[in-house]
Amino acid sequence: MITVTDLYKNFGRLAVLRGVSCHIKEGEVVVVIGPSGSGKSTFLRCLNHLETITSGEIVIDGIRLTDRETDINKIRREVGMVFQRFNLFPHKTALGNITLAPVTVKGMPLSEAEKLGRRLLAKVGLAEKADAYPDQLSGGQQQRVAIARALAMEPRVMLFDEPTSALDPEMVGEVLAVMKDLAREGMTMVVVSHEMGFAREVGDRVFFMDEGCIVEEGTPAEIFGNPRHERTKAFLSKIL
Amino acid sequence: MSYTFQWYLVQNNMPKLLAAALVTLELTALAIAIGVVLGLLVSLARMSGVKPLAWVASAYVDFFRGTPLLVQIFLIHYGVSSFFGYTPVPFISAVAALGINSGAYVAEIFRGGIQAVDRGQMEAARSLGMSWGQSMRHVVIPQAFRISVPALGNEVIALLKDTSLVAVISVVELMNQGRLIVGRTPRYLEVYLTIAILYFVMTKSIAFLVGRLERRLKTGDHGNRPL
Repeated sequence: MITVTDLYKNFGRLAVLRGVSCHIKEGEVVVVIGPSGSGKSTFLRCLNHLETITSGEIVIDGIRLTDRETDINKIRREVGMVFQRFNLFPHKTALGNITLAPVTVKGMPLSEAEKLGRRLLAKVGLAEKADAYPDQLSGGQQQRVAIARALAMEPRVMLFDEPTSALDPEMVGEVLAVMKDLAREGMTMVVVSHEMGFAREVGDRVFFMDEGCIVEEGTPAEIFGNPRHERTKAFLSKIL
Repeated sequence: MSYTFQWYLVQNNMPKLLAAALVTLELTALAIAIGVVLGLLVSLARMSGVKPLAWVASAYVDFFRGTPLLVQIFLIHYGVSSFFGYTPVPFISAVAALGINSGAYVAEIFRGGIQAVDRGQMEAARSLGMSWGQSMRHVVIPQAFRISVPALGNEVIALLKDTSLVAVISVVELMNQGRLIVGRTPRYLEVYLTIAILYFVMTKSIAFLVGRLERRLKTGDHGNRPL
C-alpha cells in the first residue's frame, strides 16, 4: 500500500528525516512513536506531500509521489489526514466541513454529499451536530468531525498526526473509539500518537523514530514489552 | 472685525450640493468595487508564487501607494487623452484613477488578511485533495475577508474623502460643486463648512455601517444561528 524508500527531508540545513524506509500493507495500522523533534510529524506530512521531500521515493497504491507527472491532488484524495489541531473550517457547519471537498473536488451533487455527510456524522456519533459550527463543539467533537471530513473523500489510507494531544483528557477516549472502529473496518492507518493503550489494542506495528530515522519497529508487544535498542528503552521509560 | 454668516446661499444651493454629494457616493461605490476586485486579484498574484506575476503585482502596489493620488488622476485623465487622442469623460477617468489607486491599498489589506488565516486551514483543504485555487476560494478567502472588514471600512472612508481630488479634472462632485458656487458668490466659509459637514455625515454613516457589519460577523459569525 505504502512503500517509502530512503526518504530524506531537509529544512534548510536541518536534516529532519535521514533515510526513512518502510513498507505498510493494506489494512495495517501503524503507530509511530518517538521523542519530539524526531521527525514523526514530518514523515507523516511527507506521505501526502504537505512537505516536499528532499530525496528518496514514496509509492502509494502503485503511484509514485515523486514523479513530476503525478497529480498530487489525486494522491491526496486517496490519503486522508487528521491534524493535531483539527483545522476545521470555522466558517462552515460540521456538515459543510464534510461536504466541501466531495462537492468541489469530485463534483458530487450537494444533496448526495449531504447524505454522505450525515451518514459519516452518525458514524462518529455526532448525527445531531450537523448544523453546529466548529466553535460550538468541544475539542473531541471537532476532532471527530475532522475524521468524518477526511473519510468523506473515501480515502484508502488515513494519516493521524497526534490526533488526541490537543484534547482535554476526558475527550481522548471518544476520538480513540472512532479510530478503533476505523481500524476494525480494515482502514490502512498511520498514526503518530503516544496513546499506548490504542497502540496495543489496534496497532499491528509500532515504529520508534529518533533523529530522523526509524530506529526500531515491531509489534506493539515487542516494542513495549521487549525493546531492543537503548534509545527505545530510554524513551519508553520516560513515557510509560 | 466681525463676520456675519449669510446662509441664504447655502440654502438656495442645497439641492445642487446634495446632488453633488450623491456623485461623491457614486464615485466611492464604483471605485471601491473596482478596488476590491483588483485588490483581490493583485494580492493573489503576489502570493501565487509565480515570479513574473508576483513582480508585476508588487510593482503596481508600490507605484500606486508611492505616488500622490492627485498625480495619478492627472496621469490617467490627460495621459489617456494625449496617448489615444481623445479626452475621456472626466467621471470615467475619476472612477478609473480612484479604483486603481484603491486596488493597491486593498491588495495590501487582503494580503494581511490572507496571511492572518491559520496555515492549517490551507493544509487541511489541500489534504482533502482541493487545489490551491479551490482552497483559496472556499476556505482561505472567506476567512480572510472577515478579518479584513475593519480595514476595508477604513479604506472606503479614506476613498470617499479622496474623491474630492477629482474636482481638478472637473467632475462635479461635492467639492467641485462648492467651488462652482463660491466662484459665483464668494461666501467661502458658509459653503465649505456645509461641504465639510456633508462629508462628515457620509463618512460617519459608513463607519456606523461597517461597525454593525463587524459586530454581526463577530457575534453572529455565521449568519442566523440559534443560540
